[in-house]
Amino acid sequence: MSSKARIATVSLAGCFGCHMSILDIDQRILQLADLVEFDRSPINDYKDFQGRCAVGIVEGGCCNEENVHVLERFRRQCDVLVSLGDCAINGGIPAMRNNIPLRECLEDAYLKSPGVYNPAGTVPNDPELPLLLNRLYPCHEVVRIDHFIPGCPPPADAIWDALVGLLTGKPVAPVYNRLKYD
Amino acid sequence: MSRVTFTIDGKTATAEQGQTILKAAEAAGVYIPRLCACKDLVPHGSCRVCSVRVNGRIQAACVQIVTEGAIVENESDEIREYRRNIIDMLFVEGNHFCMFCEKSGHCELQALAYRFGIAAPRYRYLYPKREIDLSHPDVYLDHNRCILCGRCVRASQDLDHKNVFQFVERGCRKRLQVDGEALAATDLRVTDEAVASCPVGALMRKRVGYAVPVGRRPYDEIPIGKDIESPGEE
Repeated sequence: MSSKARIATVSLAGCFGCHMSILDIDQRILQLADLVEFDRSPINDYKDFQGRCAVGIVEGGCCNEENVHVLERFRRQCDVLVSLGDCAINGGIPAMRNNIPLRECLEDAYLKSPGVYNPAGTVPNDPELPLLLNRLYPCHEVVRIDHFIPGCPPPADAIWDALVGLLTGKPVAPVYNRLKYD
Repeated sequence: MSRVTFTIDGKTATAEQGQTILKAAEAAGVYIPRLCACKDLVPHGSCRVCSVRVNGRIQAACVQIVTEGAIVENESDEIREYRRNIIDMLFVEGNHFCMFCEKSGHCELQALAYRFGIAAPRYRYLYPKREIDLSHPDVYLDHNRCILCGRCVRASQDLDHKNVFQFVERGCRKRLQVDGEALAATDLRVTDEAVASCPVGALMRKRVGYAVPVGRRPYDEIPIGKDIESPGEE
């Protein structure tokens, strides 16, 4: 295993928009490759950790039990855990169900909505499907989070600044127009 | 008219007799963050974002009158911390989803959070269940985003000479109520000052959202209050 710092990324209840914004650092991805080795991430499609990581980046909040297990595993495997984007921080779009009972959400989606074709009249309950939580939980309500990068998605420059700061130990001075909630 | 002399963050300034600290500071080129205070409206003193320390006591700058020799602290770590906490609490208490809010980039609450560099609030989100009133043909009222600043209440009474909005209940149950079954049953017009007075995305004109592209909205590049701190600079 190389001596470079390892980073891992994951998308929980997110849309992969934040991962797209990671790619948006453009040519700097070559510099990043000099600095780090990618561990578990959708970028290399590794499904599990290869070793201990310096930085873990989490997109999306927790909407089901699998999200919670993955997030807890990230917390155990990573020295620094980063909430990337609004969904990880405040739940975002998936949190719109937070004040509607789960049963009502499922019945509406699978039974009652106009255009639903569901002759069995049941809500999917295959054991392969992760169980939904009663509501969406932001990541910092499930595990300790060390660093937050808001935005929908966060600007690539904000991600770059944070990564450089975390990996070199020298925090980058905040820039006004790189802190965004939209 | 005689003037009074005071200091704000160690800087000496003068104010008109009877002027509020907020207005006097503004005239001296010092921005005091605020949400419920708004030009042309009688100050309300409810949001407490403009809290300053005056001669050792915490006061709301929008309602406190400057006195001769007053020593005002505005930019201390302590005051900054108080204000940040208030902003944090406003964010977790309602449902503020900037990513799909039409007010994003124009929102004073969001702009304050940007100015304070808040990446995430320190408190747990409450995700309250609140109503949206879409009954009016030209205006909608989204209680999810209402921060109870009372700007629409005052604007409707004092500028529009109507009484469309009032607060009902107390404490955590306090909410905005309209004068009728729903917004459509009131005499609110889209051109009313009350509609324009909302600092957040609660009281919104219909069919005009997202007109300004991202990057060119008021608070995209310029922090809120910059116009007071360095007037004429864009």
